[in-house]
Amino acid sequence: MSAPNELTSAQRDDLRIVAAMIVPASDEYKVPGADDPAIQADMLATLGRDTALVREALDHLARLSGKPLADLDPVRRDAVAQEFRASGGAAAATLVRVMLQCYYRDDRVLRSLGLELRAPFPQGYTLEQGDWSLLDPVKAKPPNLRRAT
Amino acid sequence: MNDPVDVLIIGAGASGAAVAWSLADTKMHILCLDQGGWMNSSEYPSTGRDWEAKFYGDWSTSPNIRGRPEDYPINDDNSPIKVVNFNGVGGSTVMYTAHWPRLHPSDFKVKTLDGVADDWPIDYDALTPFFEENDRMMGVSGLSGDPRSPLTRPPMPPQPLGLSGPLIGKAMNKLGWHWWPSDTTVATMDYEGRARCINLGHCTPACAQGAKASTDITYWPHAIRAGVELKTHCRVREILTNEHGMASGVVYYDKDGVEQFQPAEVVIIACNGVGTPRLLLNSVSGRFPNGLANSSGLVGKNLMFHPYAQIYGFVKEPTDSNRAPPTCLWSKEFYDTDLSRGFVRGYGIQFGRGAGPVFEAVASEQKGILPWGADHHRVFRKLNGHRLGVSAICEDLPEEHNRVTLDPVLKDSHGIPAPKIDYTISENSRKMMAHGLARGKEILEAAGATDLCINDPIPWGGWHLLGTARMGTDPARSVVNEWGRSHDVKNLFIVDGSVFVTSGGVNPTSTIQAIALYVADQMKQRLANLFD
Ligand SMILES: Cc1cc2nc3c(=O)[nH]c(=O)nc-3n(C[C@H](O)[C@H](O)[C@H](O)COP(=O)(O)OP(=O)(O)OC[C@H]3O[C@@H](n4cnc5c(N)ncnc54)[C@H](O)[C@@H]3O)c2cc1C
Ligand code: SF4
Repeated sequence: MSAPNELTSAQRDDLRIVAAMIVPASDEYKVPGADDPAIQADMLATLGRDTALVREALDHLARLSGKPLADLDPVRRDAVAQEFRASGGAAAATLVRVMLQCYYRDDRVLRSLGLELRAPFPQGYTLEQGDWSLLDPVKAKPPNLRRAT
Repeated sequence: MNDPVDVLIIGAGASGAAVAWSLADTKMHILCLDQGGWMNSSEYPSTGRDWEAKFYGDWSTSPNIRGRPEDYPINDDNSPIKVVNFNGVGGSTVMYTAHWPRLHPSDFKVKTLDGVADDWPIDYDALTPFFEENDRMMGVSGLSGDPRSPLTRPPMPPQPLGLSGPLIGKAMNKLGWHWWPSDTTVATMDYEGRARCINLGHCTPACAQGAKASTDITYWPHAIRAGVELKTHCRVREILTNEHGMASGVVYYDKDGVEQFQPAEVVIIACNGVGTPRLLLNSVSGRFPNGLANSSGLVGKNLMFHPYAQIYGFVKEPTDSNRAPPTCLWSKEFYDTDLSRGFVRGYGIQFGRGAGPVFEAVASEQKGILPWGADHHRVFRKLNGHRLGVSAICEDLPEEHNRVTLDPVLKDSHGIPAPKIDYTISENSRKMMAHGLARGKEILEAAGATDLCINDPIPWGGWHLLGTARMGTDPARSVVNEWGRSHDVKNLFIVDGSVFVTSGGVNPTSTIQAIALYVADQMKQRLANLFD
């Protein structure tokens, strides 16, 4: 049993496996997969208003796979994932979004992307002026504002 | 019962704040009611590491998703464009993106020039002093001298071009098309107590730095200092009238949910192009059985959104991503009618600098260009921080079947009927959108972009809410007269985007506020015989 705003342990298992199928770990980019325990914990802790749709998505996934995803062979698992992506609608989109929003704020992932590990405020960012001479050809053209009469 | 006030303003957003400030010098007793409260910028998303995620929930631009107690639901199922807004002190300017063009002089004369819709009963010149006053009050940055836009004199320099601006500028120069740095209400230097922009990139949904001009930090402090009273968490249910057919005041629910009556000599509505018709249609009485100020039957009709046709792509060079205000350049190349294009009227272009990593991942996954599996990381690195966007802001012409009515079932938390939107994109707008997308493709390709994606229209792009209580001289064809007073109820005024006759092809808020200041000025000039 699980509280209405929580996932069952079977759902959590499936969530972990499908997350790794969407964003697997990579040695090349030195990033964890979305099944990483810290990322999964972040997802579960911040499901909030998305809980119902994520549960719906996981129910749909369970129906497609017929048994725990972990028990499927890799080929079948891939087919189920593709089917889930194609037919999951708003619920599947919510699950993927919740996963991506936690994945792309993880320190290790941001570091790999060369992004700073901080909120935008209060430090902000510096914006270079850019080449204003690019506007010269536009300035050189005669004014052309349609008259009202 | 509350003590009567001279002027009661409903709505503390863009137009409500401007009209309140302008009328304050009359020393009348002015009260404004808003269903929302004051904002606390320390709670804005860009102050936390989860800043991007908040955009999908508590800080969504959609009131239906956000669902704060201050919000009212909107049934927009029958519209391809969903309404976005914000309810609180500052109104939708809390969330807006601060792009600040004005209507062109020719926009006020579309019937004369192009034989469609109607001319406005006022012209650009009538608004000129109020555009300038508003630009000073809101604090505008930009570069004077755009050869294809009305002359503006922004008090602050334009935003830097950054990384994205030059890429767009080069592409536009290659095509020989007009472009120019946008006027924006982003402060590029410290301005009247506002700190300058530090490029948080999160103007929408809200600026934690206070650099973006939302009216809670521009007009309202001045108006309150000048004596205007602002009561928050007060949701107006209806406007009542007396035996003379004049507005006598409003019924509202206070912050504790208690029903109150507020008597007033003059009522001004500033609830935006959806909230205003909703309130009028809900103000039914024996004398006004079809809703208040609705003898023309036009309250709620002629809703115009500006369908946004958006195309974006990804260049090899890095772009500004989320590290800059999202908008910085516009183009008026396709603004005016050219019938050889197959449609009448035209569109402005608003360029986008980029997006943050979560937004990029979510959007690209949904578009199917970011794969699942091993290749995810390589592709994400190609997309993230490389996006450029082009949006055609298409002029929507007024059509009566595009409208706001009261939903028979859906209600807000006080039991007030919610607005229902019925809207279709016209054939003319469709052709314009297709043209905009084709030109956008050429621009992006000239910039070297690949992986092009479109939003046709941007679905959650119902941010410009116009035309639902239009102005005009003929009471049979309009709801308010040429200075914002209801034809039917002589102490009732409307100052928000509802009064637009046509929509132009640019973001409307500069013009909305100029109209609010103009109406206030007209009221002040006629105080002695305001109700004649
Ligand atoms: C995401 C987003 C981006 C935008 N970007 C731009 C942009 O870049 N440039 C631009 O020009 N415009 C932009 N806009 C549009 C701009 O915000 C609006 O045009 C402008 O705020 C409208 O002003 P208004 O006074 O008509 O209404 P609003 O500013 O919406 O204010 C209406 C107020 O009325 C209150 N209200 C409504 N009903 C009631 C009631 N019954 N009782 C009490 N109070 C009530 C609401 O709480 C609200 O505070 C954007 C809007 C959004 C949402
Ligand atoms: S980019 Fe500038 S205006 Fe926009 S949110 Fe950041 S500081 Fe505010």
